[in-house]
Amino acid sequence: MNIKVAPSSGKIIMSETVEFGVKGPKDQIVTDPNHMFFEAERIPNFLTGSEVIKEAIKRCNLDMSVAYPITPQSEAAALIGELYAEGYVREYFRGENEFGVMGECAGAAFGGARVFTTTAGPGTLRAMENFPMWAGSRLPIQVVVTCRGVNSPLSIQPDTLEMYYLLETGMMIWHAETAQDLYDWILAGFIVAEQPDVHVPLALCCDGFFVTHTKDTVSLQSDKMCLPPYDPYRAPVPCMDMENPPIRMMRDPFVMKSNYISYMTHASWQQEVHAAVERSRKHTLVIMGGSLLETENLDREILIVASGTAVSQSREAIRLLNEEGIEIGLIKIKTIRPFPSQELLEATANAKTIFVPEFNIKGWLGREVRSLLPNNERVIAGPHVAGGMTMPSEVIVEEIKKSLGIKGAHMASRG
Amino acid sequence: MSLEKIQMTEGLMDIMPPEYQELVSNATFGNEDRSWKDIGSSKELIEQHSLCAGCPESIAFRFILAAIPAPEDTIFVGSTGCTSLVFPHVGVQNIHSLFGNQNAIASGLKRALKLRFPDKEKDVIVLAGDGATVDIGLDYTMQSWFRQENFTTICFDNELYANTGGQESGLMQKGFVAKMAPMGKKFEKVRLPEIAFEAGCHYVACLTVSKPNRVEKAIRNAIYVAREIGPTYVQLYTPCILEIGKQSMEGLDEMKDSEAIGGRFVMKELMTDEVREFLKEKDAEQKERKKLAKAKAAAVTA
Repeated sequence: MNIKVAPSSGKIIMSETVEFGVKGPKDQIVTDPNHMFFEAERIPNFLTGSEVIKEAIKRCNLDMSVAYPITPQSEAAALIGELYAEGYVREYFRGENEFGVMGECAGAAFGGARVFTTTAGPGTLRAMENFPMWAGSRLPIQVVVTCRGVNSPLSIQPDTLEMYYLLETGMMIWHAETAQDLYDWILAGFIVAEQPDVHVPLALCCDGFFVTHTKDTVSLQSDKMCLPPYDPYRAPVPCMDMENPPIRMMRDPFVMKSNYISYMTHASWQQEVHAAVERSRKHTLVIMGGSLLETENLDREILIVASGTAVSQSREAIRLLNEEGIEIGLIKIKTIRPFPSQELLEATANAKTIFVPEFNIKGWLGREVRSLLPNNERVIAGPHVAGGMTMPSEVIVEEIKKSLGIKGAHMASRG
Repeated sequence: MSLEKIQMTEGLMDIMPPEYQELVSNATFGNEDRSWKDIGSSKELIEQHSLCAGCPESIAFRFILAAIPAPEDTIFVGSTGCTSLVFPHVGVQNIHSLFGNQNAIASGLKRALKLRFPDKEKDVIVLAGDGATVDIGLDYTMQSWFRQENFTTICFDNELYANTGGQESGLMQKGFVAKMAPMGKKFEKVRLPEIAFEAGCHYVACLTVSKPNRVEKAIRNAIYVAREIGPTYVQLYTPCILEIGKQSMEGLDEMKDSEAIGGRFVMKELMTDEVREFLKEKDAEQKERKKLAKAKAAAVTA
């Protein structure tokens, strides 16, 4: 359980060796993220989620990206190729499959590069062995996961089940609701992930199609500015460029040693990786407006707790119920790892019933919430949709009405 | 990196482990003509190894580390297996991440280092066993060759999975009885040197590690070609004496037998015409450099 932390300084801490005001790629001006995130003028644009990924990466001073086609992230990955052709991204190529791509990303990060990639569904699972390796190697790579079904028979439709598999990889897991979240958090993600006391990878998840393939209004800073570059010598582990003295790491490799020291070494390193994810809070809070939650009307007896586009659907359900005089509060969870446990405990302290609507069959967020809260019979893990089904607000409305003993409208899909 | 980077301040030197002190005072950094002949008179970059007594991999490691032309700017990428037990003892940076992804890691690493050090050659060398190179990692091995990545792949071919206890591998000989091949391996040893050449390697060598000068030449050729032209591959027979039922002192004989006429490890080199010309020039350069150094040394003595 986390202790609630305050944003350390109220300001984003940057490397002291990084200079602002100098030229980055394509003559962009390297800008203090404090200015870029909080002060810089923004102009609204009407863009798809995939285009938003491109716009964010354009401003990220990115060294390298490796791409592989898989629906629904292919367009974003290809658009980053355009940025490479235009000169905004320094290195880019298509890998052989997601296992290879994540290895190529790791190699580049070991060599001191800022690295970005995207994947989805079956690709996430094919790449899976790499993710705990990234975390254990303390590589601050960012992967945008545009969630889709992972089941057989084949589905390319939206489904957030793959996030369940990612939860304990040692990566930070953020869940964007909107294209604006996606844009802001891609930029923020590098800044948080590259902090010396964090320095772990970030899986920035969004719901495939709902976010990637729909158009939304997104406020962007000028593309004449970009983030400061990654400083690999600020990392808590040596950069593999032979610019540090080569140390003999240990007298006996710990692998395969069946002794307490060996177990202890491995155990403490795992603890450290997960502690690093926890330490990301104080940096994330600065950028995410002081809370890992976004809340509305916490004084209501009924609350909805959700992440991703389930939040948007919940907002509409709440509006519909409000018209009938049923008042509901809302908690949006922005970061799944670290999980905002303390904040959620406080925010749900007075709730009598808590609904957790999700776009996957098993309800991983429902389980997280249930395992955390006291009197967890209050938590109704649902409604769930899966396999690419949409979640009409009416489904949430009906679920809530059912629990209140109110007969809902007849819904055709439910026979 | 250079020798200055590993130097300690006077005051701290005496608290450093003796092997580090020796590394600073007596290792061959910054000398392009360093050689296996320095073994015994200079500090080796491998301090100890945790392999079986008499394992030919250990001598292969010593030859390779003595032969690489610029250890001060070389990063090794390893994989899971016996080699991953040795790398923690080596005085050159090395990455072990997963089993089989070594050529993917090396691809990203080499490209990142090219970006970050545009005016400096950073050699990336993959060193992995035959299971990692040919079986679980074959896709990544070959794809890095298709993509013409500028690094060298070295495979320690011991014709089986040694570290997990002697299971069948793709580079095992046909008919060999091993774990997971209880009735003998059913298909031929994979012809990776030929596959490598077809897949885009510009220089390929296959040999045993019985003769240090041959190993040195093959490794240096592979590294020089990888820097200037494209991917290279060196396959070294390092028999697992334990799993083929030999004694500690029999590794050398096993290698000599297998490289004799008609053996499966008769030394083989495949290269393009461009590489042949390039290596000729490199040899001439080296000769000239050595001649000059000799003349300089003679002048100093006189």
